[in-house]
Amino acid sequence: MSWDIVIGIETHVQLTTQTKIFSGASTAFGMPANENACLVSLAYPGTLPVLNKEAVKKAIKFGLAVNADIAEYSVFARKNYFYPDLPKGYQISQFELPVVNNGFLTIGDNKKIRILRAHLEEDAGKSVHGILNNQTGIDLNRAGTPLLEIVTEPDMSSAQEAIAYAKKLHNLVQWIGVCDGNMQEGSFRCDVNVSVKPSGSEKLGIRREIKNLNSFRNMEQAINYEVNWQIEQLEDGNEIIQSTVLFNPDTGETKAMRSKEEANDYRYFPDPDLLPLKINQEDIDDIKSSLGELPEASIKKLIEDFKLNNADASIITSNKQTYEFFQSLISEGLDPKITANWIVVNLFAKLNDNELSIEESPINKNQFVLLIRRIMDKTISNNAAKKIFDLLWEDSHADVDQSIEALGLKQVSDSSTILPFVQEVIANNQAMVEQFKSGKDKAFNALVGQVMKLSKGKANPGQVSEILKDELNKV
Amino acid sequence: MKNLSLRELNSGLSNKKFSSEELTKFFLNEIKTSNPKINAFITVDEEKSLQQAKDADKRISQNDMNELTGIPIAQKDIFCAKGWKTTCASKMLDNFYAPYDSKVIELFNQHGAINLGKTNMDEFAMGSSNETSYYGEVRNPWNLDYVPGGSSGGSAAAVASGMAPAATATDTGGSIRQPASLCGLTGLKPTYGLVSRFGMIAFASSLDQAGPIAKSAEDCALMLKVMAAHDERDSTSIKHNVPDYLKNLESPINGKTIGLPKEFFNDDLNQDIKVILEQVIDSYQKMGVNFKEISLPNSHLSIPVYYVIAPAEASSNLSRYDGVKFGYRAEEFKDLEEMYLKTREQGFGDEVKRRILVGTYVLSAGYYDAYYLKAQKIRRLIANDFKNAFNECDLILAPSCPSTAFKIGDKTEDPVAMYMQDMYTISTNLAGLPAISSPAGFLNKMPVGFQLIGNYFDEATILNFTHQYQQITDWHQKTPEADV
Repeated sequence: MSWDIVIGIETHVQLTTQTKIFSGASTAFGMPANENACLVSLAYPGTLPVLNKEAVKKAIKFGLAVNADIAEYSVFARKNYFYPDLPKGYQISQFELPVVNNGFLTIGDNKKIRILRAHLEEDAGKSVHGILNNQTGIDLNRAGTPLLEIVTEPDMSSAQEAIAYAKKLHNLVQWIGVCDGNMQEGSFRCDVNVSVKPSGSEKLGIRREIKNLNSFRNMEQAINYEVNWQIEQLEDGNEIIQSTVLFNPDTGETKAMRSKEEANDYRYFPDPDLLPLKINQEDIDDIKSSLGELPEASIKKLIEDFKLNNADASIITSNKQTYEFFQSLISEGLDPKITANWIVVNLFAKLNDNELSIEESPINKNQFVLLIRRIMDKTISNNAAKKIFDLLWEDSHADVDQSIEALGLKQVSDSSTILPFVQEVIANNQAMVEQFKSGKDKAFNALVGQVMKLSKGKANPGQVSEILKDELNKV
Repeated sequence: MKNLSLRELNSGLSNKKFSSEELTKFFLNEIKTSNPKINAFITVDEEKSLQQAKDADKRISQNDMNELTGIPIAQKDIFCAKGWKTTCASKMLDNFYAPYDSKVIELFNQHGAINLGKTNMDEFAMGSSNETSYYGEVRNPWNLDYVPGGSSGGSAAAVASGMAPAATATDTGGSIRQPASLCGLTGLKPTYGLVSRFGMIAFASSLDQAGPIAKSAEDCALMLKVMAAHDERDSTSIKHNVPDYLKNLESPINGKTIGLPKEFFNDDLNQDIKVILEQVIDSYQKMGVNFKEISLPNSHLSIPVYYVIAPAEASSNLSRYDGVKFGYRAEEFKDLEEMYLKTREQGFGDEVKRRILVGTYVLSAGYYDAYYLKAQKIRRLIANDFKNAFNECDLILAPSCPSTAFKIGDKTEDPVAMYMQDMYTISTNLAGLPAISSPAGFLNKMPVGFQLIGNYFDEATILNFTHQYQQITDWHQKTPEADV
């Protein structure tokens, strides 16, 4: 029997505001425990929430970026439950009337993933185990940090699609500056709802929600494990019970939480301490005008205006920093294709090997520009450029032109210098010349290689080809 | 000094007849004498009060003085005051010292008023008799066997007994007006949103409103002038230009119209109280005020609606008292759940638990629509009734309470009978309207009050009418010592 996989994703995106969503406390990460726990964070008697407008602006920004409706009127509600890291005994969230509705993102070959809603809410604190003897500590630094919870329709049908959506979303929220995207610090957290159903069946299966996914790799592993587990259960004649499961990165398995932990009636009701959130068109227009170019438009521009291929364009727009880096290079008059190729192939290889982001790249930008310029004006060959590039990576003070001189990598494009090399190779490789004459094209490349070798790599390969062709015709 | 009005105290201070320190010592002494039998104060801190008095005297000597500078005010123990034990009359907060000032306390401090002490109240303001306090019941100065009303019973008893010139209070369903009525005082519940709730410990957020309990409309006007201020730290605080309530007191009222809701003046109304209210009407008519019958058709639903909405909000507001961060924590428990259970079982009194249970129930899945949502719809109907009524009149006159003060213990076994105490006051909380209770006479030597309800932010008119009534009557000047 074959099965369809149905996946929906809820993502908690921490909004990059200076202060918390309902108080003036700082949202800085990595502070000593409870340093950012103000009286509101601690839910002291008599304290009241005051909405941070920046958080609302960022929610609107996100809504606009996914073509969603921004609600003119939305309502904050209390989600009631007891937990030590939830100081008020309720979380302020949005329930029936969220701020963002009906958007979408496209993945892969133009597949639309519908975004049902995105709502504002406050984050909880953290329980800290293992510091105090037999006791649990509570750190409320994170309590009250603004979150945007983004909920999709169950529109994804494989782990690959789920990852593609999550990566796209991850890129977008950073691109528009609403989230720092740091998954390890919990700034971007995905809960994945997975169910399976017999292929073609209309009726959705029972879903399980996977939590505790702090990397895309974990997400993929967890979904694949969960899908196989569910199929196995169903094929064995068992029923799936709707539940929340935790992914264990050590075992690669998902495991259901105790049902008691989730048997909550949250008793949602509108928060009487906060007025309904009213957003007028003017505010929306303001934010719209500050939104800037979105990744979709940037990809299109790269392909249509700069004639890049799809793969290079996708990689260059995989984050805003890379795209901006690329644009800044192009604005220096560099050739887009050569530049894209150098970023995608050489720069990214180095960055990935060293687990660095583009912002952490040790390459001096001016020298990088110069390097590409020297390729463009044929001063050096691509191979020679790679050597220089390695130097630039190792030594931030390295100078492209001096290095070309020092290493003697200057390309020879003068035919009077190249001709003797060609003649010498023809004279010494009669067998290959014969092969070429009898129609073996490979032999030609081998001859070019010989000439390059003889010139110690300095000859301009294009010119070598031309001269070699002429000379061979004379033979 | 005992029975002077706030204005008289102010001129005594500015004319150097007495200093703030002398005045404060006088009232602290009154508290020493009277509080043991009345129990109106939970916390008195002579040192803190006298320090404030000295600071005030300095201000007065530098002519940096306004209406309340140097005057001691009793503060309901629902307002957080920095460094003061702030309990809300609950065991849950018996060890809680507020690390910050509520907006109301902040305003009194800015004006140089003296915090005379924190007054007793029903636990978390839940009650109509001040019998649910962890610190014991408060006794009515007019007869110590009787309740002072609640929840602001301590504030009312403190003022009525002369232990304080005036007091702050809060009103969620009648908690200012009912005790004012039962203790022969003037108590004003302002429009919802006029006084900041910042730092005022929440009972039911959409209904809670702070206001004064004092000896006259004039004193209430002075107190409200200080308390009414927009506050960005309370999202439900409304930006409103505060008029000069004092100046307005003398405005003419002839030709104006007072509405009499037929639903309040029916056979259910206590006949003796009805007679007193008729005398009030007569007094106003003599001043040229017209009366007109009006209708508040949904007012009979106020109590059931209130006892859905207020407990619902309370059940959530009181979730923070879990033993984790502050306040009471059970001494022995084996795990987190038991810590929660024991802390809340031991830390809350019966009435608070009752309301948390009711509130949790009406918000639960499957009951929300039938109770909470329906109650909200009726709440809107009740507000609309008033809106329509104010098309026909300037103010509405109503009884304050169904009876005079009852004996301590009389209603503690019957919560519903207790809840009926607020039958005439609760609808204005649901509508968010301002209302006052003013003394109007006595029955069996116990005070009776009447209520004037105004349109939104029309406190000036309410105070004006009440003041005018108090100009031609002396019920508000009676004191337990002189008149019982």
